[in-house]
Amino acid sequence: MEYEIIVVGGGHAGCEASLAAARKNHKTLLVTGNINNIADMPCNPAIGGPAKGIVVREIDALGGEMGRNTDKATLQIKMLNTKKGPAVQALRAQGDKNIYPQEMLKTMQSEENLTIKESIVEDLIVEDNKVKGIILEDGEKIYSKAVILTTGTYLRGAILVGSDKHSGGPHGERESKFLSNKLKDYGFTIKRLKTGTPPRVDKNTIDYSKTQLECGDEVERTFSFDNKAYYDVNNQIPCHLIYTTPETHKIIREHLKESSMYGGYVEGVGPRYCPSIEDKLVKFADKERHQLFLEPESNVAEDPEYGNTIYIQGFSTSMPHYVQDEMVHSLPGLEHAKIIKYAYAIEYDAIDSKQLNPSLETKVLENLFTAGQINGTSGYEEAAGQGLIAGINAALKVEKKEPLILKRNESYIGVLIDDLVTKGVKDPYRLLTSRAEYRLLLRNDNADLRLRDYGYQVGLIKEDKYKKFLEKKENIKKLRNILEDTRITPKKEVQEYLESVNTSPLSDGISLFDLLKRPEITFDIIKHFIDIDYENEVLEQVNINAKYEGYIKKANREVEKMLNLESKKIPDDIDYEKIPNLASEARQKLIEIKPRTISQATRISGVNPADISILMVYLKRNYKND
Amino acid sequence: MNDTIVAISTAIGVGGIAIVRVSGNDAIKIVNDCFKGKDLESVESHTINYGHIIDNNEIIDEVLVSIMKAPKTYTTEDTVEINCHGGIISTNRVLETILNHGARLAEPGEFTKRAFLNGRIDLSQSEAIMDIIESKSEQARKIAMKQLDGSISNIIKDFREKLKNLLSSIEVNIDYPEYNDIEVVTKEKIKDNINVMKKELNEIIENSKNSNILKEGIKTVIVGRPNVGKSSILNQLLEQEKAIVTDIEGTTRDIVEGDILISGIPLNIIDTAGIRKTDDKVEKIGVEKSLSMINEANLVIVVLNKNEKLKEEDKEILEKTKDKTRIIVLNKNDLENNIDLNIEEYDNVIETNTKSLQGIITLKNKIKDMFNLEQIKSNDQTYLTNARQVSLAKQSLQSLLDAEKSLELELPIDMVEIDLKECFEKLGEIIGETYSEEIIDNLFDKFCVGK
Repeated sequence: MEYEIIVVGGGHAGCEASLAAARKNHKTLLVTGNINNIADMPCNPAIGGPAKGIVVREIDALGGEMGRNTDKATLQIKMLNTKKGPAVQALRAQGDKNIYPQEMLKTMQSEENLTIKESIVEDLIVEDNKVKGIILEDGEKIYSKAVILTTGTYLRGAILVGSDKHSGGPHGERESKFLSNKLKDYGFTIKRLKTGTPPRVDKNTIDYSKTQLECGDEVERTFSFDNKAYYDVNNQIPCHLIYTTPETHKIIREHLKESSMYGGYVEGVGPRYCPSIEDKLVKFADKERHQLFLEPESNVAEDPEYGNTIYIQGFSTSMPHYVQDEMVHSLPGLEHAKIIKYAYAIEYDAIDSKQLNPSLETKVLENLFTAGQINGTSGYEEAAGQGLIAGINAALKVEKKEPLILKRNESYIGVLIDDLVTKGVKDPYRLLTSRAEYRLLLRNDNADLRLRDYGYQVGLIKEDKYKKFLEKKENIKKLRNILEDTRITPKKEVQEYLESVNTSPLSDGISLFDLLKRPEITFDIIKHFIDIDYENEVLEQVNINAKYEGYIKKANREVEKMLNLESKKIPDDIDYEKIPNLASEARQKLIEIKPRTISQATRISGVNPADISILMVYLKRNYKND
Repeated sequence: MNDTIVAISTAIGVGGIAIVRVSGNDAIKIVNDCFKGKDLESVESHTINYGHIIDNNEIIDEVLVSIMKAPKTYTTEDTVEINCHGGIISTNRVLETILNHGARLAEPGEFTKRAFLNGRIDLSQSEAIMDIIESKSEQARKIAMKQLDGSISNIIKDFREKLKNLLSSIEVNIDYPEYNDIEVVTKEKIKDNINVMKKELNEIIENSKNSNILKEGIKTVIVGRPNVGKSSILNQLLEQEKAIVTDIEGTTRDIVEGDILISGIPLNIIDTAGIRKTDDKVEKIGVEKSLSMINEANLVIVVLNKNEKLKEEDKEILEKTKDKTRIIVLNKNDLENNIDLNIEEYDNVIETNTKSLQGIITLKNKIKDMFNLEQIKSNDQTYLTNARQVSLAKQSLQSLLDAEKSLELELPIDMVEIDLKECFEKLGEIIGETYSEEIIDNLFDKFCVGK
């Protein structure tokens, strides 16, 4: 056997999956329809944002590529939500659509265990419900121990513009015509989903004087824990903000029926969080204007597709071309703008994510893993996070080891996968910070503390980086101990100093750690009392843990309750039909989802506390030794 | 690691002593926190200790407390059993006090379930436990739905709706920070919201106390025109001479009150002055009072004289009480039947006279039927449902107070939101709606965001 692991699809999920598998020393083959589209960013030219940015940090902590690669392609970057607490702050970068794929391809081509092949996969080799490899469009069979499907929008993909519909991908690539039907035959439930993009215009045909400037942060920022910034902080590429006009709304209303969506040409279910401009107008009829961002797609002028284009974020549509021209020309500053690529909607097939195990191996076929849009998610970051986990777990499966399953209290990736396999999706799934019940623990600043141990254990974080990380961890502990052990008392000079920095004087002696809990106390003030020299990242951790200690403790108590139930495993061979007294809805859901733990079972809608009690009693009685 | 649960483990309303059982890691500490007597945390295991259960320095009940430390207990966890005196009211108050100190109300069969899961009970018993869990939860769920006062449930729903809107506004600010057209939720706005919600929640807590049949009894008004025999019916019920009964019209001028227990549930009876047109000032006040009493009552007993034709006043009373839960008593059925009332048109009509007790027994049974009292008595879940609701309402209020405190401490909005979310979830538990994706759904319904 030439390859141990085959990855089908070279999008963000496929890149992470194939790199992880190859880096774990498995001969890996990536099959893609077009090598030039590897790590393409067909939608918005941005990576990160609330929740999503934290996923990128998590990928980096685990040893994935997206964070490092984004740092190489940064046009501008900022930290969002800086006026709110540390739990909801997140990075977002405008990424260069030319550089990002190029850099990713370089990284992949230099990976010695990874081979890239251009072809379309139309079937799997299946024996006894086990996947043994893939079958290409020309009939060639390639065997492997595991297959990872990261097909994105290419399963029966179709592009829609107005009443026009043709099969294929966004750049006119060929789609996989038969694979989704084959998957259906093997027992997968196939759904039809839809997403859309806005028009891109020539950046030299915009009057920027009518727009509002949007710049990056003035301090250097990186996604990766190990990178220094590649970009010049003083030379970031700006975005621009504009608003739709009454004229825009009039045009859209007049032509509403000509859009694919309102003309009834779309079968797929679109994402709620990514409505087309038509949807926005219909649903929020009394809103006078909608905000649009003009985002540069690349700073590499020679790039044939992205070199001179501006992406109109917020303006996705499925109107026919002539209407799009009118719509764009009604926007301030875009009166004479030239559309280089028209907006389109895209439909594709996905599987029911409830047919997956939390390892992302399917329940239907053994040795088959799936990640990204095929699982019903949307977004580069969501895809990459799953791809990384699928790659790691396919490799662990080949190694006959237990899968890596991240818990909801450990990572957004864990929240994402648990939601997918436990609740399933109706419309394309996007991560939001509000999906995480332990949001306070899943911060941008502590992704390494949460996940780097796992990255090291699975072999994606190398010795030197891990050592550096352990040092940081040790320093955080040390600093905290020092601050807890150093006390100050209400002596005259202490009181005078505290009043001089606008904080109330002491009524009693307190530790420096307790002093740090006051909202107005910074390390500059602490350093007045004690001589300490630690990196900013270390100070930040101790500061956050002091300032929000009460809430962090509360969250940890909740986590403890959840973990207690998480430790109660449900054996694979359980027969729910044999458990008396289960409510019938609960029984049916349990059979469908096959939760791995009692904790997961509690998150299934329709499974009531009484059903959980009955299940626990049954397990205790029948699996006495567990 | 098991949280601490509590329940009344004897049948309610039966016997002179009730046992409140507490089990879990903090069982001893929680009871000790509301116990006046020895320090229970330092007494020997398997001892019985005399003292009082107190709540804010008020004595709730004189009790004997058995302290049983793990593992030699029914559940194998630390267990405390409180032997209380008195009836339902004080036992329920003991339960509430324990709930307020941090225990959670036990699910049906939960003590037994824990005993089994902790290896205390053998296998043959587990089947029975599953039956119990299944049947009791079904019953509990049904009763919980029925028991929850419609108006309170609506208030909580409204209240939750407000909170949901506030939460999704905060969430949209977090997940879509760059949308300039979306209102930014300021701390002032949260403060205003908290103040309104605090007030409403306090009202809900007060209201839930008042609407609680088991705690407050059934507020009953006996009404009828003068001299139809209201006071004698009341006295028969009370089995004591409390109201002054004469044959002169208008004798009962004041509202007379008394309590009786039917199936262990207190029935608060208020006799009213006769309702008739009068110029007598004192009597006029009485009449007005009677009318307002009717409005507030859970049950109205209308007394008519079977010996006489219906008078204008009788008709007026029937009209005024037609929307109330009502029993019509035709008194003096030992005399000649002269009444011209079409009994077919009315529900719940019974007959009595003052010479025998038969009519009164029928009346008591009628009340039992109408208020499902037998079922309440035999089913501890009903009361527990209420205790649970009140306890959750109090926890919701506490979350609001925590949020308020965090605002004062200048903590960021997403921290304050943790408390608000907790409040939202607790309120959801009261009306049986568990948090799923409501906030996220609301976010996309209300705000126009997305690329």
